[in-house]
Amino acid sequence: MFDRRLIKNFDWGFMALIFLIGTIGLGILYSALTAGNETISVHVLFKKQMIWMGAGFIVMMIILMIDFRDLDKINLFIYAFCVGLLISVLIFGQLGGGSRRWLLIGFVRIQPSELMKIALIISLASVYSTSISQTGLNFRKLIKPAILCAIPFVLIVNQPDLGTGLLLLLIAGSITLFVKVERKVLYIISGICLVTAPLLWSGLKTYQKSRILTFLDPDRDPLGAGYHIIQSKIAIGSGMLTGKGFLKGTQNALSFLPEHHTDFILSVLAEEWGLMGSSILLLVYFIFLLWGLNIAYNCRNMFGSILAFGITTMIFWQIFINIGMVMGLMPVVGVPLPLVSYGGSSMITNMVGFGILLNISMRNFS
Amino acid sequence: MTEFSKKQDRDWKKQRFIGASVCILFVFILLFFRLAYLQIIRGEEYRDLSKKNAVRLKSIKSSRGLIFDRNKKLLVDNRPSFNLKIVLEDAGEVKATIKKLGQFIAVPFQELMESIEQAGNGAVYNPITLKNDISRDQLAIVEAHKFDLPGIHIDIEPTRYYIYKKTAAHLLGYLGQINSKELKTEKYPNVKSGDSIGRYGIEKQFETYLQGKRGGRQVEVDSSGRIIKILRTIDPVAGFDLNLTLDLDLQQTAEKLLEDKAGAVVAIDPENGDILVLASNPSFDQNDFIGGISQKKWEALLFDPGKPMINKAIQAEYPPASTYKIITAMAALEEKHININTTAYCPGFLDYGNRIYRCWNKHGHGNISVIQAIEQSCDVFFYQAGIKVGVDKLAQYATGCGLGKKTGIVLENEKNGLIPTSAWKKKRYRESWQRGETLSIAIGQGYNLVTPLQMAVLIAAVGNGGTLYRPRIVKTIKDGHGLVIKKNEPEITGGLPASKETLDIVRNGLLKAVQGGRGTARRIRLKNIEIAGKTGTAQVYGIKKDDKRELKDLKYSLRDHAWFVCYAPAKNPVIAISVLVEHGEHGSSTAAPIARALIEQYIQLPLIKKILPE
Repeated sequence: MFDRRLIKNFDWGFMALIFLIGTIGLGILYSALTAGNETISVHVLFKKQMIWMGAGFIVMMIILMIDFRDLDKINLFIYAFCVGLLISVLIFGQLGGGSRRWLLIGFVRIQPSELMKIALIISLASVYSTSISQTGLNFRKLIKPAILCAIPFVLIVNQPDLGTGLLLLLIAGSITLFVKVERKVLYIISGICLVTAPLLWSGLKTYQKSRILTFLDPDRDPLGAGYHIIQSKIAIGSGMLTGKGFLKGTQNALSFLPEHHTDFILSVLAEEWGLMGSSILLLVYFIFLLWGLNIAYNCRNMFGSILAFGITTMIFWQIFINIGMVMGLMPVVGVPLPLVSYGGSSMITNMVGFGILLNISMRNFS
Repeated sequence: MTEFSKKQDRDWKKQRFIGASVCILFVFILLFFRLAYLQIIRGEEYRDLSKKNAVRLKSIKSSRGLIFDRNKKLLVDNRPSFNLKIVLEDAGEVKATIKKLGQFIAVPFQELMESIEQAGNGAVYNPITLKNDISRDQLAIVEAHKFDLPGIHIDIEPTRYYIYKKTAAHLLGYLGQINSKELKTEKYPNVKSGDSIGRYGIEKQFETYLQGKRGGRQVEVDSSGRIIKILRTIDPVAGFDLNLTLDLDLQQTAEKLLEDKAGAVVAIDPENGDILVLASNPSFDQNDFIGGISQKKWEALLFDPGKPMINKAIQAEYPPASTYKIITAMAALEEKHININTTAYCPGFLDYGNRIYRCWNKHGHGNISVIQAIEQSCDVFFYQAGIKVGVDKLAQYATGCGLGKKTGIVLENEKNGLIPTSAWKKKRYRESWQRGETLSIAIGQGYNLVTPLQMAVLIAAVGNGGTLYRPRIVKTIKDGHGLVIKKNEPEITGGLPASKETLDIVRNGLLKAVQGGRGTARRIRLKNIEIAGKTGTAQVYGIKKDDKRELKDLKYSLRDHAWFVCYAPAKNPVIAISVLVEHGEHGSSTAAPIARALIEQYIQLPLIKKILPE
């Protein structure tokens, strides 16, 4: 029943990369939670993150057991399940910061929008694996994927969580572009987007508008988001070439960097380890992403190939948006840095993603 | 074609993946260059800023909305106060610095440390308020020793100032510092630790309007936290101003007349329910609460036998006494048990159910009609009327007149009062209603309880022809530029359960009580203004027949409460007043003169001023 070749083909290199990033992440988190603060809560969060990592690892192992090709067969079931969770979060969800994003199941708080990302990638991979063609997709073939994207997008934006909703579109858009669409179709869709953008804008909540405006002009909100960006830039810049040293970051204190253990954690690394430290993390992420593409490229099964590409894309966008945000290249949206930022939901989601990648990689022989 | 097999397909696939890799490479190069730009090209500059922890956020307190009276006279203002603050990060040895500071300004070390401990750990860079509103002497010392006190600075911030000490204190209310529990709730998103919020009265009820919005600035500071440069500022937005219906001059007169007494005065504009006066004595100085009231002062207020912390106009309940005869007369007339011509004979007492019920006038009033009975406040007439109407019908009329329930004034803790019914007694005491008890009820003694405000609303309705208004305090709310944010229109809550004929009879009786030759309040008569009113004397302690003590010998706390309710001018009233003096004994001698003084000031003086311009 158990195929020896699975062990032989196991992608130890990728596994090592995951561990490397995870370890770097814990190191930064430790510093972020410890510097300038000696309360007990620090260790609690650190321990919690370790627990999340352990739990994520177990989830990853469980996913390795399933043949990824089975995901193709049950993709609609997974999709429907996650949509169900999104609907129930709107009804029973826990309020936090003005929006309903979490579901409480037993003691665990889960964020269904995170799981939805994976479910959508699986479903899209399943659809595209049969409709892919060298000439590109035409309109008719894009109807089903469009519906698959629209349902969760509307539900998530209603929580409201525009950031995650847009991330979902970015991932789906990247996958679609990757499998190629007809040039004509591409032009028309771009045209439609340009026309409807003002409409979308008017549908945004005031705070969402102000975030985007603040990104374009940080002076608009010098006390809120603009202040975070300035402090984050000071932290990163002051790291200079070699950094101030582990646990020596001075910007890394509560009132300077809000959310410095979650979304703004990169500035802690950049401050303490300088350009050298942060470029190493960038390099490791880069290798990680290429590795993911390589898994996708080597997979002989079309579903698996697109699925692996989709997961890699998901990680890519998170890295890009988060790092871009702390350096003032992107608006301030709550996207965590994979394996580094504190937080359970994204940790589990990412681990599920890595599990799928490893899964595809080790079943590449058939 | 789910599997790639042909070479052409493989090439195509390769091309897609190379495209994707190039995209990723491009993004990472962009990120790297951005990092290099921040850390190398601008690194020196940012390192400098971070060394000084230089760029900080300072919050700027907004100034609270002002409160004006009906004639646009300022009642509640803000004044600048010097608030002592500390930024822990800059303070170096915190305890040593605080110790030094404590010696300079003569404040116990422990008191100063308390606020630091309360602020908790998270606030290394946020200023913590050590002491609000320090004196000018303390300010001078702190400024002189500025360099010995690292991390300590003084913020000049607006602080509440109640211009007229003790005036309308119960109505206006006071402020208190927000506590850490309240900070955690999302009820006050704009408030920071060390700030004050409304704790009582209008200050509390209109907190959201008065509060305003904090501003802030990004500043560059040096290593001891002193500001070098202001980078950006967002100005705070002042709170909205309130325009009250209150008449400051009249309020002050009422308070002066109540000065050595305990009690309440309420004056209402009968045409719209505007509160002109809402006084309760003893009062308190609201300024004492700013920056935290001292334990000693707080205890003195709490244990004062005059109960200064209670707003007697809305929170204290008294038997309505003879003022209740208005209700009894109305009920008996409406239920057709009596008419304008019905007379009763008063020999000075009524023998009912083998008990003697006495009239206040032991010589008796003789044959007396309802108008005369109101004029002379004859108890026997109303005993008989009450018996005919019955307790439950009486209660129905009282409730219809707005008694036994809140008037709906926008102040907290308004009391309901009490209008007893037979069902109520059964429930409360598990006893049946005794017929004799109806007699006490009919003249406003017994279980009945009303607040001075309820009586004011009632007498205003009698005066204006029967319309009950919800008492209005805040007329308009305006922003700093005078733009109206909210306008409160007069609100009718109901009508008196009486026909015009009935009301005319009652009003005639009330007019005679002041203007008539035998009226109980004839002593307060004014030359050119007709007043209509009713006195009342609420028993606190029943004197037995064989008790030889005179009233004036009774202990203060056992003496009767004095009531007077009235409106003037009797024809088209512009003011309705309810006065209650605790242990004032006689309505006519202690309560009524207060009302007369107010009427004189409110109606007569403006007339004279008109005739004799300054």
